[in-house]
Amino acid sequence: MADWINEQLAIYLSAVMPESAEAPGYVIAALIQAALIIQVPAVGALVFIWMERKVSGRIQDRLGPTRTGGKFGWLQTLADGLKLITKEDLIPGSADAMLFKLAPYLSFAASFAAFLALPFATGWVGQHINVAVFFVAAVLGLEVFGVLLAGWASGSKWSLFGAMREAAQVVSYEVPIGLCIIIPVMVCGTMDLITIGNMQAGLFTNWLIFHDPFTFFTFWIFFTCATASVNRAPFDLAEAESELVAGFHTEYSGLRWSIFFMAEYGSMYIVSALGAILFFGGWNGPIPIFHWIGWAYSGVGETPTLAGWLANLFGCGNLILKSVVGVTVMIWVRWTLPRLRIDQVITTCWKYCVPLSSVMFVGVLLYTATDTWSPNDLFPHRSRASVREGWISQDQARSAGNPEEDEEQAARDEDDLARTSNQPGEEFVLLARSAEERK
Amino acid sequence: MSLFEPVGVTHYLIVGAVMFVIGAICMATKRNALGILMGIELVLNGANINFVAFGSQYLRTETLGLDGQLVALFVIVLAAAEAAVALAIALNFYNNHATIDVDRADELKG
Amino acid sequence: MLLFTALNWHTLFFLIFALFACFFAFCVLVTSNIVRMAFYLTLALGATAGLFMLAGAHFVGAMQLMIYVGGTLVLLVFGVMLTAQDSFVRMSTRGGDWVLAVAVGVSLLALLVVAAIYLPQGEFHADAQAKIPADVANQTTSLGLALLSTRPDKLVATNETLAAGMSGYLLPFEIVSVHLLVVLIGAAYLARARRHAPPPS
Repeated sequence: MADWINEQLAIYLSAVMPESAEAPGYVIAALIQAALIIQVPAVGALVFIWMERKVSGRIQDRLGPTRTGGKFGWLQTLADGLKLITKEDLIPGSADAMLFKLAPYLSFAASFAAFLALPFATGWVGQHINVAVFFVAAVLGLEVFGVLLAGWASGSKWSLFGAMREAAQVVSYEVPIGLCIIIPVMVCGTMDLITIGNMQAGLFTNWLIFHDPFTFFTFWIFFTCATASVNRAPFDLAEAESELVAGFHTEYSGLRWSIFFMAEYGSMYIVSALGAILFFGGWNGPIPIFHWIGWAYSGVGETPTLAGWLANLFGCGNLILKSVVGVTVMIWVRWTLPRLRIDQVITTCWKYCVPLSSVMFVGVLLYTATDTWSPNDLFPHRSRASVREGWISQDQARSAGNPEEDEEQAARDEDDLARTSNQPGEEFVLLARSAEERK
Repeated sequence: MSLFEPVGVTHYLIVGAVMFVIGAICMATKRNALGILMGIELVLNGANINFVAFGSQYLRTETLGLDGQLVALFVIVLAAAEAAVALAIALNFYNNHATIDVDRADELKG
Repeated sequence: MLLFTALNWHTLFFLIFALFACFFAFCVLVTSNIVRMAFYLTLALGATAGLFMLAGAHFVGAMQLMIYVGGTLVLLVFGVMLTAQDSFVRMSTRGGDWVLAVAVGVSLLALLVVAAIYLPQGEFHADAQAKIPADVANQTTSLGLALLSTRPDKLVATNETLAAGMSGYLLPFEIVSVHLLVVLIGAAYLARARRHAPPPS
């Protein structure tokens, strides 16, 4: 018996030894990351709902929740959540029960899936996807399925109307959002969010919003279209209380309704974080303190150090702060502006946002192609091209494997850093690695 | 296929074949015009799985490389275009005949 | 415990996604409720996007999610909801049709599976899953350059006789752009508002 136990223990320990640690370590790491990331929409929704009530209260010259959990009503959302859990689980008689139950989870799954590729600091990302920007934009567009199915499965005309309007709105606004997202991708030359964030390291003049006047306007167009895409006022006709009872979630009560709202606040956070990373430097603060003291990572793939981890922690806090500011602005706008009619919403998309973002796209294209001076060149932190992954310079390729030449090339790169702008230079030619190098 | 060995192109091809055949049977048996359209989508996806499998570096050493991915890209774009037109035609049929049942589309019969 | 150490996670996730895709595709086939059919198709195509990502084609996987699932299927679901009146939500097929279709389908499946199994395997990439460094062919920039007729993965021409075919995809790219414009105009024309026919008495 003892021998059998020892044998099993030996097998188990061999599972966690370095050579084969991949197998169980992989799953445990994935579970830990998922558990951490789900705190963002879950706890975030808690905080954002409280913040919405407080901010809306102040805008309307009242205080908001002040009793639950102390003077500021910190625990109000928790009390609301408890109330929702204890409500009766109603399913309308003419509803398609299976789709009715599944729709909120579909919406939340789409919103949560975007957190997979959203980085919080250099290397702090669920999955380092090379096409992160595209992936986030793609899964945000999948939220419309939950809405459509909820509207249909409720078996009520008003829900269906609300769902169709909301679906039309979300799908229409994907076009200007796509165009606005392409602009920072075009400036940086990569879709990798971590690389885009690192390219904006340094003083705040390196942020892409200050790259040229067109990117400056692009951010505001992006923010408007993002607000419309997550169905927040003034674009929230589909769930407006005064028009359609509650739109697609009319028949939802209790926990099912709260899942829809977690999905909505999660999406608000994602588009704010995306805007922060693409335009406002992401985890880089206005003053690069951690770069000056040498603690911050400069790219992915460096060996982890405690100093780097601390720098990342501050960067993560920085990014969360920027995203929360974005969400607060969305809440602020909701309680300030009147609601648009659905035809006004669609008109805004197709007649204003799409032409404007197209003009911005052409503007940024000409700006970068002609290598015009931009405020980003005032205090260049490091050459943009050196942060890009995968591409190596022609000289580097020629001197591959030759250590002295590598040092000379490194010295030349330092000189380049001092004089080049942050545009990708002509000397960086893409080159495929030879078959030997690959093996 | 055991869980301890890496997958090869064959496994992807079998998945692609299953989706293709299910799509073909869908096209043959559904009475709803939109059901037939769904069968078409399944067929195109089966073909895409094949292309991506042949273009993947993880599955075998000699691959189509970028060609596989680019063809899959074009297939996706063209499938979207074709679905749009097919849906417009189906909706026109529905508006003109007040039915979406393709068995009722027999005015040219005989 | 031995299971845990030697398990190939790539294979496990491939199996999960493949079973998802095939199961929901089968559900599309079997169900007669048109709305549920659309829902199952969404899940099947989402699983297919996962399969694409597992094969290393991240851009194609994201594009499948954005364009196919997030565009084409939304269009399909809209169409379903516009035409799903009570009598058209569930339509079943006659038994005879089923028998014929399944017979042809099964024979086609047998043919394709046999062809797949007898495919020359080639060499497996030695330490494939999750160990291949980010190579040129997997990046968006390579795809974009290939669409503009520069093939970054074929700059080193290995086989002179094949060199002539190693061109980019600029012409198909332009053709597809014009094609999409034509489709946009055509679909808008076909779907323009007209008077509805009265239902048959």
